[in-house]
Amino acid sequence: MATTRTLKQPFSLKRYGIVVAFLGLCALVSLICQIRVMQGVWPVNVFLTVNNLMLILHQISVNGILAVGMTFVVISAGIDLSVGSVLAFAGMMAASFATRSTGVTPWSGVYFVAIPVLAALATGALCGAANGFIVSRFRIQPFIATLGMLLAARGMTMAVTGGNPISALSPEFRWFGTGRLFDVIPIPVVILAIVFVLAWVLLNKTVFGRYVYAVGGNEKSARTSGINTTSVLMWVYIVAGFLSGVAGIILTAKTGSAQTAAGTAYELDAIAAVVIGGASLSGGVGRLSGTFFGALIIGVMNNGLDILGVESFYQLIIKGALIVLAVIFDSRRQA
Amino acid sequence: MSTPLLSMRGITKRFGGVHALRDGNLTLRRGEVHALCGGNGAGKSTILGILMGFHKPDSGTIEIDGAPVHFTTPTQALNAGIAIVQQELSGVPQLSVAENIYLGAEPRHRGFIDFETLNRNAAELLDRLGFDIDPKATLGDLAVATQQLVEIAKALSHGDSDVLIFDEPTSALGEKDVQRLFEVIRELAAAGKGIVYVTHRLQEVFTIADAYTVFKDGETVDEGRVADITREGLIESMIGGAIEGEFVKENVPSEKPLLEVRGVTRAPRVKDISFRLHAGEILGIYGLVGSGRSELLDTVYGLETAQSGSIAVAGKPLAPGNVDDAIRAGLTYVTEDRARSGLVLGASVGANLALSKLRFINRFGFVDERAERDGIATAIEQMNIKTPGPDQIVSFLSGGNQQKVVLGRCTAVDPRVMLLDEPTRGVDVGAKKEIYRFISDFASKNGAVLMVSSDLEEILGMSDRILVLRDGKVACEFPRAGATQKDLMMAAV
Repeated sequence: MATTRTLKQPFSLKRYGIVVAFLGLCALVSLICQIRVMQGVWPVNVFLTVNNLMLILHQISVNGILAVGMTFVVISAGIDLSVGSVLAFAGMMAASFATRSTGVTPWSGVYFVAIPVLAALATGALCGAANGFIVSRFRIQPFIATLGMLLAARGMTMAVTGGNPISALSPEFRWFGTGRLFDVIPIPVVILAIVFVLAWVLLNKTVFGRYVYAVGGNEKSARTSGINTTSVLMWVYIVAGFLSGVAGIILTAKTGSAQTAAGTAYELDAIAAVVIGGASLSGGVGRLSGTFFGALIIGVMNNGLDILGVESFYQLIIKGALIVLAVIFDSRRQA
Repeated sequence: MSTPLLSMRGITKRFGGVHALRDGNLTLRRGEVHALCGGNGAGKSTILGILMGFHKPDSGTIEIDGAPVHFTTPTQALNAGIAIVQQELSGVPQLSVAENIYLGAEPRHRGFIDFETLNRNAAELLDRLGFDIDPKATLGDLAVATQQLVEIAKALSHGDSDVLIFDEPTSALGEKDVQRLFEVIRELAAAGKGIVYVTHRLQEVFTIADAYTVFKDGETVDEGRVADITREGLIESMIGGAIEGEFVKENVPSEKPLLEVRGVTRAPRVKDISFRLHAGEILGIYGLVGSGRSELLDTVYGLETAQSGSIAVAGKPLAPGNVDDAIRAGLTYVTEDRARSGLVLGASVGANLALSKLRFINRFGFVDERAERDGIATAIEQMNIKTPGPDQIVSFLSGGNQQKVVLGRCTAVDPRVMLLDEPTRGVDVGAKKEIYRFISDFASKNGAVLMVSSDLEEILGMSDRILVLRDGKVACEFPRAGATQKDLMMAAV
């Protein structure tokens, strides 16, 4: 108890509740699988394999990265609805520098792999900066500001190529989606891990991270305490936009083409992961570890329900119920 | 004498550990305008809150026409004939006058609002009150004074309320509208209603009221007929007799000006204010609610941008509206409202204590966690903050300890000038004394303190000099030895 844990919550069951929930979910899914094995329906328990674990991590990598950015935004008492569109825009920009099909954009072609990567990151960061500028300077509600960007970025995605997708991407670029480290760990999972570690350091070890909590907890007090709240908010949205760019690279490289409709409604899964992870939409509260398990829970659920052969429409119903239940549970415990 | 319309006897009410009312009494007769007087925090709002059913009294009796009543909800009070005319204009500007009057009690026909009846009822009510207002007019288009009349009509629309409460009704009105309002109040009284009139402006007590009750420190200290008392007498009642000698200011200021404010204006509340604050000095600022005292501190600190005038610290001018600049020059600010602008309530004691200092204890943006931890431990010890540990969420601490956290956060950055707004509001007596000691120590180490307070004893006990603000201007300046509570009050009203 003697340690100082600054702008985070003190030790509580709340912190580990989500891990318990995650393990419970895994146990439930593997139990059902095991029953099928014992019934002789299946030869092996397909859920509990290294391959499946990698698959789950692979599947959550895009949402996980978006959810990291969303965690910053939600802790600052905001919301970013534009991450899915920005992902698509950034992916399209990257693809236009990494394709053999010429003429889709005036500049399209195969460039050195750093160029498409930088293009995606810059696109994401600039869209985020635009969000941050509107939110922090004009004091527009984040919901509205990023709703505008949701539409605008989608429009720009289509405008770049006149509404066409970009395919025939260079193998060097596709490595970001399909490569494997030591032939085992998919590159998207490696990137997901790096993003989580760096974001954790940023949020927990830097002055900026402390300020994000303070601004979300009480912006007026933060300002009185001498914090430049405008600049903090600006950077929060830049982080979210930048990570949308990272996710855009992965998704485009994974699917092998940049689609104009890529990432549609991805913001909702990202928000779901953050909220299941225990962050409060009223700001000041949230942890990256929570977000990680939130994304994992969504991933395991999707994966488990797929394995068990549950129809996709029932999956949506279950997911919807889970999100609402998680928040009800959380608010009850806080009260 | 006949049975009073309303009688409140021996009302007590505690909020947490603080006694908001110790012995509240109020007797209101029919046909009478009764002024409720007292300084900020004297207990006026609390007794009104009890009368209107917002708070439940801990003990005491309330009688209406001699029959005891117990209110637990505002609706019960309303049904018992007690209505309030809101202090601030609280109508919905987009709706019509009639819709505002019957908001939430609209006559209905098959689930739809029956506009015909609504407008007819409103017209009848307005007519009966003698208000010449079109019930179909949009509220927001009307003059402020007319809107205030609509508020009165609204208060009277719930059947025939006998007790009408006016809480600072003139604060938004011009001179002419005030006269019109007074006429209406006299007519209402003449019609046999009992009027409770709350005001900070003593002038109005003598213009409109027949009887008065004075509150001080949660007690009724004086009551009587307005005809039997003078302005001086009323002020003496409001400030009471004894002055307790528990203030600890002892040092003498130097002649070096540390903070210089020249002709600072920030519309609408701060008008052309100038003063100098010297090292080692505590400059008290006294003024009633709305006199511009908090706005002055906001402007000096840069939360608000001064429209004209200059602010300089140790001879160096500050950029207007730039908090960063103010902090770098050595200013720090303890705001009036801890919960709204002082603390991050959901965060820990440690996080709050470290907040201002973080900018100085980092390397390339990375927090020096050892310095942070040490700083927090030192602050908890120095400020004597009673907390189970630095991880305790700050909202669980008592008011006094919360205030010590704010002060600890502010002093962590070694400020030269402290701006304090009501530094002991909502703080228990023990912690109050510690805070006085702390402020005094700070000044004795050549710091300068600008302290706003509406506690007369506090401001007279602590300050080397006192500025009295009235309507956004410096009304008067007193040296420490040369002022009495009466002087301050006279200058402020």
